[in-house]
Amino acid sequence: MLPNDRIRNFSIIAHIDHGKSTLADRLLERTGAISEREMKEQILDTMDIERERGITIKAQAVRLDYRAQDGTDYIVNLIDTPGHVDFTYEVSRSLAACEGALLLVDAAQGVEAQTLANAYLAIEAGLEIIPVMNKIDLPSAEPDRVAAELAGVLGVDVGDVLSVSAKTGEGVEELFERIVADVPPPAGQATDPLRALIFDSYYDAYRGVVSYFRVVDGSISDGDQIRFSATGDRHEVTEVGVLTPAAVAKDSLGPGEVGYLITGIKQIGQAKVGDTIINAADNNVEPLPGYAEPKSMVFSGLFPSDGEDFERLREALDKLRLNDASLVYEPESSRALGFGFRVGFLGLLHMDIIRERLEREYGLDLVATFPSVAYRVTKDDGTELEVRSPQDLPDPNSLAKLQEPYVRAMILAPSEYIGTIMELVLTKRGLQTNMNYLSPERVELTYDIPLAEVVFDFFDTLKSRTRGFASLDYEPIGYRESKLAKVDILLNGQSVDAFSAICHRDKAYDYGKSMVGRLRKLIPRQLFDVPIQAAVGSRIIARETVKARRKDVTAKCYGGDISRKRKLLEKQKEGKKRMKMVGSVEVPQEAFISALRVDSDE
Amino acid sequence: MQAPNSPALADAAANWTGAYVHIPFCARVCPYCDFAVVQGQDDQVGRYIEALVTEISVGGSWRPLDAVFVGGGTPSRIDPGLLVALIERLAEVHGLNPDAEVTMEANPEDWSSEKSDGFRRAGVTRVSFGAQSFDPVTLGTLGRRHGPADIMRAVERARTSGFSSISLDLILGTVGESLVSWEATLDDALELPIDHVSIYALTIERGTPFGRAVAAGGPSPNEDDQADKYELAVRRLGERGFVQYETSNFAKPGHACRYNLTAWAQGEYVAYGLGAHRHLDGTRSWNVRRFDAYLNRIESGESPIANSEALDAIAKEEERLIVGLRRLAGVEAGERGRRWLAGSAGQRLAEAGLVKLTEGRLVVTDPLKADTVAREIVGA
Repeated sequence: MLPNDRIRNFSIIAHIDHGKSTLADRLLERTGAISEREMKEQILDTMDIERERGITIKAQAVRLDYRAQDGTDYIVNLIDTPGHVDFTYEVSRSLAACEGALLLVDAAQGVEAQTLANAYLAIEAGLEIIPVMNKIDLPSAEPDRVAAELAGVLGVDVGDVLSVSAKTGEGVEELFERIVADVPPPAGQATDPLRALIFDSYYDAYRGVVSYFRVVDGSISDGDQIRFSATGDRHEVTEVGVLTPAAVAKDSLGPGEVGYLITGIKQIGQAKVGDTIINAADNNVEPLPGYAEPKSMVFSGLFPSDGEDFERLREALDKLRLNDASLVYEPESSRALGFGFRVGFLGLLHMDIIRERLEREYGLDLVATFPSVAYRVTKDDGTELEVRSPQDLPDPNSLAKLQEPYVRAMILAPSEYIGTIMELVLTKRGLQTNMNYLSPERVELTYDIPLAEVVFDFFDTLKSRTRGFASLDYEPIGYRESKLAKVDILLNGQSVDAFSAICHRDKAYDYGKSMVGRLRKLIPRQLFDVPIQAAVGSRIIARETVKARRKDVTAKCYGGDISRKRKLLEKQKEGKKRMKMVGSVEVPQEAFISALRVDSDE
Repeated sequence: MQAPNSPALADAAANWTGAYVHIPFCARVCPYCDFAVVQGQDDQVGRYIEALVTEISVGGSWRPLDAVFVGGGTPSRIDPGLLVALIERLAEVHGLNPDAEVTMEANPEDWSSEKSDGFRRAGVTRVSFGAQSFDPVTLGTLGRRHGPADIMRAVERARTSGFSSISLDLILGTVGESLVSWEATLDDALELPIDHVSIYALTIERGTPFGRAVAAGGPSPNEDDQADKYELAVRRLGERGFVQYETSNFAKPGHACRYNLTAWAQGEYVAYGLGAHRHLDGTRSWNVRRFDAYLNRIESGESPIANSEALDAIAKEEERLIVGLRRLAGVEAGERGRRWLAGSAGQRLAEAGLVKLTEGRLVVTDPLKADTVAREIVGA
C-alpha cells in the first residue's frame, strides 16, 4: 500500500470558460494518463450537454502518476467540481475529499463570483489553496491586474500566484511541483477501521451503482464485506479500482486514495452521496460528516406536448433520477396542458439541463410552465404549508402570512457597472448589504434578494447590462414575508390553471399584461368576442379581447370539386376535436404551449 | 322570371343535367391559381381538343344537357372554331336542350370582336369574364395581363355579339387593395351592362407563388378586411338590383348560373378534360391533373379517371346539406337536417343566430359563416 506522503488530492475551482477542463486535459497528458491521440477535447466532461455548454455537471475523479523533479513518484488525484451556482452542493462534496484546491482564474477576465464563493467554501473546509492564473497566452490577458486581484482576495502575496497556459502547456510543470509541495498529504492511518466518504454515485446500466469514494482511514479491498453507515445496508465489494481515467481494478485502496466501488446494488439511493463506507463488522465507527441534502429551489410543471407521452415522461424522469438524486417530481394535472409532473430543480441551469436531456435523450417534446419557487404559507388557523405551484395557494382570504425564499446574492463586476447593477437589483426588490472593492477596477456587491426574482431572467439581464462582465453567485438565507399576489388568467371568465402565477404585488400588472397580450395573439377567433383577463382575486388588472370571427367560408367549389370541399371540412372538424374547451372557448393546445414558450417572442 | 334566390329554382336544379369542359391553357399562370392549368403549351391546343372530343365520344350518351360550362385555364385563348367542334360533339352525344345555358370563361384581353362573335356563333350563351379588379395596381399584384379598359371593351363587345348573360368575376381582399379601391372596383363594374357578378375573397393556396410568399413570412389577406369588403359588395350589388343567391354569386333576375345551381343542388354533371370533376350515377370522380398524363391516357385508349368516391346514404345527405347551405335559398332540411338542428351543435349555432329553420329549409343567416355551420354538420 502506498505511503500517505506520496498521495495528493486536489480539486480545481474555476468559473465556466476559465479553462478548467483544458487544464485537466493538460495534466492528464503530462502524466501520460492519456495520449494526445486518444484525447477528445475535455475528457472529463462526458455528457454531450456538458461539452456543448462547456460546464461540468457530475463530479468525477482521475488518478495521475506524477514523477517530481527530485525523482519522487506521486499519485495525484484530481477530483473534478462543477462550475455553476446550481451545483454548489456538489462542489462541497468534491472539496470534502481533497486537501487542496487550485483556484483557477482567467487572466483576461479576473475573479468571478462563483469562483470566489467556491474559494470561500474551500477555505472553510480547511483546504490549501493554490492561486493559478490561466490563459496567460491571450493577447487580452492582464496578468498583473488579475494576479493582484487574486492575491487580494486570498490574502496572499502576488508572487504566490502561478501563471499557466492550459492551451500551450506553459507553467504546467511548475503547477505540478506546487501541488506536491503545498497540498498536504492525507492524514489517515491504514491500521484504523475503514472510513471512506462517498462523494458521488451514478447508475450504470451494466454494472449497477458505481460509487466514487475517498478513503479517509483504513483500507477497502476486493471481496470485503462493507456497510453504508446511513442506510445500514451490508454489501460485498465486487470491484474497487481507480480511474486513470480508464477504470483499472485494484486489490485494495488505502488511506488518502480515491477510487470507485461496485457492489452490485441497483438503487442509487442505497449508496447515498455523503454516506460513509465502513467495514460490515465494525459497529463502533463514527461516520464521517456528510453533506446537506440538496434542496429544490425552483419548480416547474413539465407536460408532454402530446398527452400520449405522459408515461414516457415518467420513465425518462425515473431514469434521470437514477443519476441525479436532486431531481424531485410528482404528478400534476392541468386543465390546459393535461397530465404532467411538478418538478423541483436546484436552479435554472439544472432545470434547463434536465429539460434538454428529456427532449434530446428521450425524444420528448415538452411544455414547461413558468418556474416558481416554494412559498411558505401560514393560514389563519396557524397551519403552515409549502406551496410549490400557484394552483396550490389557498384562498387569499384565509392567509395570515405569505413568505418567499430569499438568497444572498454576490455580484462581481467591473466598478464602472455599479450604477447599472444597482438599478437592476432595485427593480428586482434586492437590498444591498455590502460593497467591497477587490481592486480599484473590480467590486463585489452583496444583496438580499427574493429567489423568485433571481430565477427568472436576472442572470441573463445582469449579463447583458454589464456586457457579460458581471458574475453572480447566491446562497439561500431563509424566508421573508412579502406582499405577494396570485395572478389568474381568465378566458371568457374561466381561469386557466397553467397560467396562474404568484408574484409580488407590484409585478402582478406586468405579468398579467404580458400574458394577456400573448394569449390574445394565440387564441383563435370564436363565434363571439372572448375577453382575456388577468385578475388578482376578483380585481381585473389587465384585459384584451379576441374579437369574434367575421369570415369563415371558402371562396368556391372549384369546378364542381365538392369532394375536396367536404374533405377539407372534415379535416378542420378533426382539428377541432383536438381543441381544449375552456368554458365555451375552443383553444388549440398549441396556443397554450406557445404562450408558455416565453423566450421565442421576447 | 324566377328570382335567383328562390327556393323553387334552387331545388329544381337538382334535376338538371350539366357538362363541364376544361380548357387548361393560359398565357401566364396567375400567382394565386391552383387549378389544373398549363402555360407555354399552346402548340398542344389542337391535340388537347382532339383528346377532349375523344373523351366525349368514348364516354357515351347520357341525358340532354341543361347547362354546359367551359372553364379553365383560359377558354378564350383557343380559337372559336375549336369550341364549335366541342359543343357540336356534346350536342351529338348527349343532346342539348333548346334553352340550355352554355357558359365560357374568358379573359378580357383575349376578347376581340372577332372572338366575341365567333364564340357566340359557336353556341356560347353566357360569358364570364375574369375581371378581378378595376384597379391597375391590384391587377398587377394578381398577375393579370389586362387593364380596366380591356374589361369595359370586352363587356361592350360581348353585349354587341348578343350573349344573353354577361358575368364578371371580382376578387376582393388582395394584399395592398384598399377599401376605397375595392369600392371603386364595384362602382366601375356596376357601370357596365352586366347581368351577373361573382365575388371571391382571395384565398392563399399552398404550392402557388402566393402560398410560398405567405409561407416565407410575406403579408397575407386580412380576414376583417375581406369581411368589410364582402359586406360592402353585398350592399352595393343589392342596391343595383343584383340578387345574392349564393355565398359568392349575385345575379339580375333570370340570370342565375344554371350550371352552378346544378352543382349546389347536388345535381349530376359529366365532365371532360384535365382535372375535371363529374358527378354521375351517384358517384363523384375526377380526371388526372397532369397534362401529359391526360393526353397519354386518352390517346392510348385508357380512362382518364384518377379516382372516384361513392358516398353512403348518410354522407350523401350530409353533402347535400353542406353544399346546399351556401345558397341564400338554403336547403330542404330533411330528417337529418332537423335532427342536427335539434342537437347540441345545431342549437348552439341557432342560439348564436347563425342558422335557422324557415319553411322546412335550413338557412345560414350570414353567408360569411357558411363553413362554421357546414363544419358542424359533417360527421355529426
